[in-house]
Amino acid sequence: MDIADAFLQLVLTMDMTIRLSTVLILACLAGLFSERAGIFDIGLEGKMLFAAFVSAVVAFESGNAWVGVLAGIGASVCFSLIHGLASITYRGNQLISGVAINFLASGMTIVIGHAIYSKGGQTPTLSGAARFHEITLPFAEALRDVPVLGPIWSDMLSGHKPIVYIAFLVVPLTWWILYRTRFGLRLRAVGENPASVDTAGVSVIRYRYAAVLICGVLCGIAGAYLSTSQAAGFGREMTAGRGFIALAALIFSKWRPLYALMACLLFGLLEAISNLYPNIDVFGLVQIPVQFTQALPYILTVVILAGFVGKAVPPKAGGEAYVKER
Amino acid sequence: MAASDNQGRRETAAPAIELKGISKAFGPVEANKDISLSVAKGTIHGIVGENGAGKSTLMSILYGFYKADKGEIIVNGTPTQIPDSQAAIAAGIGMVHQHFKLVDNFTVLENVILGAEEGGLLKPSLAKARKHLVELAREYELEVNPDALIEDLSVGHQQRVEILKALYRHADILILDEPTGVLTPSEADHLFRILENLRDQGKTIILITHKLREIMSATDTVSVMRRGQMTATRKTADTSPAELAELMVGRKVLLRVDKTPAKPGKTILEVRDLKVRDDAGVERLKGVSFDVRAGEILGIAGVAGNGQSDLLQVLGGITVATGTIRVNGDAIDLTGRHSDGQSRRARGIAHVPEDRQHLGLIMDFFAWENICFGYHHDPKYQKNRLAMDNAAILADTIGKMERFDIRPPNPHLPAHSFSGGNQQKIVLAREIERNPDLLLVGQPTRGVDIGAIEFIHQRIVELRDAGKAILLVSVELDEILSLTDRVAVMFDGRIQGERITAETNERELGLMMAGMNAEVA
Amino acid sequence: METMPRWADVILVPLINLVLAFSVAGLVVLAIGQNPLDAIYFMIKGSLGSTRGIGYTLYYATNYIFTGLAVAVAFHARLFNIGGEGQAAVSGIGAAVVMLAFDWPHWALALPFAIIGAGLFGAAWAFIPAWLQAKRGSHIVITTIMFNFIGAALLGYLLNGLLKSPHTQNAETVNFPEGAHLPTAHEVLAPLGIAFNKSAPANISFLLAIACAVLVWYLLWRTRLGYQIRAFGKSEAAAKYAGINAVRITIVTMLISGALAGMLSINVVVGEQERLIKEFVEGAGFVGIAVALMGRSHPFGIVLAALLFGMLTQGGFELLFEMPAISREMVLVIQALIILFTGALNYMVHDPVERLFLRRRKRKA
Repeated sequence: MDIADAFLQLVLTMDMTIRLSTVLILACLAGLFSERAGIFDIGLEGKMLFAAFVSAVVAFESGNAWVGVLAGIGASVCFSLIHGLASITYRGNQLISGVAINFLASGMTIVIGHAIYSKGGQTPTLSGAARFHEITLPFAEALRDVPVLGPIWSDMLSGHKPIVYIAFLVVPLTWWILYRTRFGLRLRAVGENPASVDTAGVSVIRYRYAAVLICGVLCGIAGAYLSTSQAAGFGREMTAGRGFIALAALIFSKWRPLYALMACLLFGLLEAISNLYPNIDVFGLVQIPVQFTQALPYILTVVILAGFVGKAVPPKAGGEAYVKER
Repeated sequence: MAASDNQGRRETAAPAIELKGISKAFGPVEANKDISLSVAKGTIHGIVGENGAGKSTLMSILYGFYKADKGEIIVNGTPTQIPDSQAAIAAGIGMVHQHFKLVDNFTVLENVILGAEEGGLLKPSLAKARKHLVELAREYELEVNPDALIEDLSVGHQQRVEILKALYRHADILILDEPTGVLTPSEADHLFRILENLRDQGKTIILITHKLREIMSATDTVSVMRRGQMTATRKTADTSPAELAELMVGRKVLLRVDKTPAKPGKTILEVRDLKVRDDAGVERLKGVSFDVRAGEILGIAGVAGNGQSDLLQVLGGITVATGTIRVNGDAIDLTGRHSDGQSRRARGIAHVPEDRQHLGLIMDFFAWENICFGYHHDPKYQKNRLAMDNAAILADTIGKMERFDIRPPNPHLPAHSFSGGNQQKIVLAREIERNPDLLLVGQPTRGVDIGAIEFIHQRIVELRDAGKAILLVSVELDEILSLTDRVAVMFDGRIQGERITAETNERELGLMMAGMNAEVA
Repeated sequence: METMPRWADVILVPLINLVLAFSVAGLVVLAIGQNPLDAIYFMIKGSLGSTRGIGYTLYYATNYIFTGLAVAVAFHARLFNIGGEGQAAVSGIGAAVVMLAFDWPHWALALPFAIIGAGLFGAAWAFIPAWLQAKRGSHIVITTIMFNFIGAALLGYLLNGLLKSPHTQNAETVNFPEGAHLPTAHEVLAPLGIAFNKSAPANISFLLAIACAVLVWYLLWRTRLGYQIRAFGKSEAAAKYAGINAVRITIVTMLISGALAGMLSINVVVGEQERLIKEFVEGAGFVGIAVALMGRSHPFGIVLAALLFGMLTQGGFELLFEMPAISREMVLVIQALIILFTGALNYMVHDPVERLFLRRRKRKA
């Protein structure tokens, strides 16, 4: 294999990485907003799944993919509100609430999908305007033949669905909100020491709900991307654990937006590799099985959690409902 | 002209804070009963009272954390509703909480503007706050690096940030809740200089504390609270610690325990050069050495937070330390496998911890389950190699409840449904009846009613007379003076000095507790 | 201070939560244009109306008792073991290795070793998260979730490689020795003259589950270890004062929890499938969370809750035949709602009930 071939392979892999990372980035940032405000969320998976389903149904029925996305966001936000009700208003266990939401999504998507379409939970295939199509960046055709930069621009960066570009824009936006605005300052404070915000006369509950709602919106977009962009319709359990990979990426990035982007790209790359090259031969000596590549994000996260390589310290008030002390 | 003059005079004449008939109940507990209080502008006003007297509740009402059931709040002559903290801030009231309300991984600047930002973007707020902070620092001797992270600051500096937060919000009335509880004496002195400075610039300060020394040295006027009521207000210059103490407790503070002089025997506990660091790496014990002999009670006096708790925890096997501890002449393991509470018990050390609800008892466990707590390996509680003999534990509990007059004498009630005094008796019954060579006791009568206090003291003396060694840690000087045979005063992680109890007095100990050299004292 | 009688806390509040969960599920059924009462009727009929239904119900209940106990034991030490799914999956490897190691002549010989194999592998899969929690402070919820996925990958890898049967395209092992076949309910009851459906998968693992429930009760409320587990769970600080070793308790509790989750493969892999397949846990590890919550972490409550969830699972299958518009995932919805109401939204019911009792007491006084 010569260098040019290897380069094309690389571009192809990176192109796929970007496509696969998108959903991780959105879900990871969703979790970031929630957990930075002190609300643990292991229900990212469920919210995405429900959003994927609802947006597929609405996109099919309305024939408009954007309407589908909006519906998906609405569905995900509903689940977020349940999580908020349980963990903010009723001081319930946030982890248990997250587990319930994952179950609820697994069940509801199939029950409703089966009731409407009688296809065992599948929704009809989306086509035309009900599905998103690739955007070609300017000069993509003209630059294709330029060496090195051409393929990077035309094949790797151009030709993705709109939500891909949205996801990559949300990263700097998240950073800016978190570190440059009043909202972000208070949001982070609520996750570290809610009493500091409360004594300043600002409602902890309002900020936590706001964080949970943003989390819902981003999970909604992520889910909608799965069923209207990455695939053409909803399939049973189509999130396939991506909510948990996003959670892993969140820990991996130590709850910071720019690192989250890196972590999601890394985990997206691992998924791309396991898709493109199921079994990797290392110098003909050892074969790396596809299962290992698939499990690598989880293994890496455990290593990070173990604190052997840079300790991941979660927001201090995370997981605890805020109760005013006497 | 004349009218505005008049107005101006009336404004200066109006008290900064006036409370009329404030009442607040939590369920059946009346935390505040018909409280009235007037705090003059530009003064430092102290509020003293025992733990649970209702001081913090009253201040929480003033700061909008609680809504009073009844009563009126008048700020600068204007009746004011304070439904939340925002309203308190708007009325010019600032609060420095006992436990700081700071975000540890934010900078000083970020903490100062939190909740008082101007506009949606941080940049202008931060720039403005930085300028303002420099001015405040100059004006009130409140220097602190605006870009430092809170977690890197000393406790004293963190407190300054809390004061700065209030001043940044234009507070004219500053409430400080037990501000010196966490400070070293020199930090506390600095704090009081800052407060005087603030008063001289026209601010009004309300200082809540249970330390009479601070009231006497720092305040202009003082109000005393007892059991939810305001019992008296005095000019500080016209009162004495004795009078205040009497007003606080509501009776002559005279604790006398009937006991004969000690007949100390051989040395049971030998502590040499004991050093402890806490999780943050701060040295809490800086080389402590002392002995306790059989048949005597050694009291450890000191202001809370000077290392007494750490000493108890090391001796009880809860934290690790360096140095030497000998019990009956044999060194005990301070860091290794045998440094835990089980090994200490095996060496004849029993421990009544300072915080019984947090350490000494499992509040959700039944009384009988708590009676074997820590001694769950004792052969007499075992049925076989795996199972415990619940019937034997139950029988033992019934006996202990009788002998220690624990009420109600029902072993099947969970610990949390007993009163404070009876909870303490459960712990004492468990520990004293082990007949230990050495008994560690922390704050034995904290939150305990008077009847139980006498009973508890009696039991401790009985154990002493049985020839056992007792180490008693207490912040109540009265208790130290009436119960112990010798007293060691701890200050800043060291033993400041030792005295024979019968040959010393409150004044001398007080000076030592304040870090004065024992010889000079 | 006791604000509400114990029976209200232990029975009344969970019951109200259960009714709420079923009511919301009923609304979902209504929303898809079906009659919820019919659905309940068919579910009860499908799960209890025949010995076949009962056989399936008991089979599922057996799984849920194991996983429910696993979650509950960890709960008592204030550890949230969300990794029952992975521990059960890995335990299947242990069970399969034992079953394939010999040509077992009789099940009574094979069973003890299979229990040890499954238990060891399940415990091993809980060990690393437990060690990380105890020694490094890594949040056990997250690590056990991660280990669920790693466990699934491990199982997939072995079933496509080392353990794969040469006779089939599927990722599964060869069949276990026929001599080691565990007696089913039919085979146990027939000699007693009781007719029981032949195809129902309930087997003697159910008795193992009941035995485990009794053992867990004995462990928690009678043994010294159980005493220490409960004390540690109630207050870590007090446990330290008492000289209870936090690292040891955390690890031992999780090993017990993992081993209990591992017993699931005795029922499914050894008892029913008689070979190791990939997706044999089928979410039972997660259902264990609902069962433990519903059963208030008490073995007696867990057995009852497991029977209820067994009925739901079996009834859900039958429902699909009787009312084709309702998919069997309706059961997942009900499970989710039960977890939500009894687990996360408990205070929503608890607080008003408590206020009711307070008011009543005040009126009396």
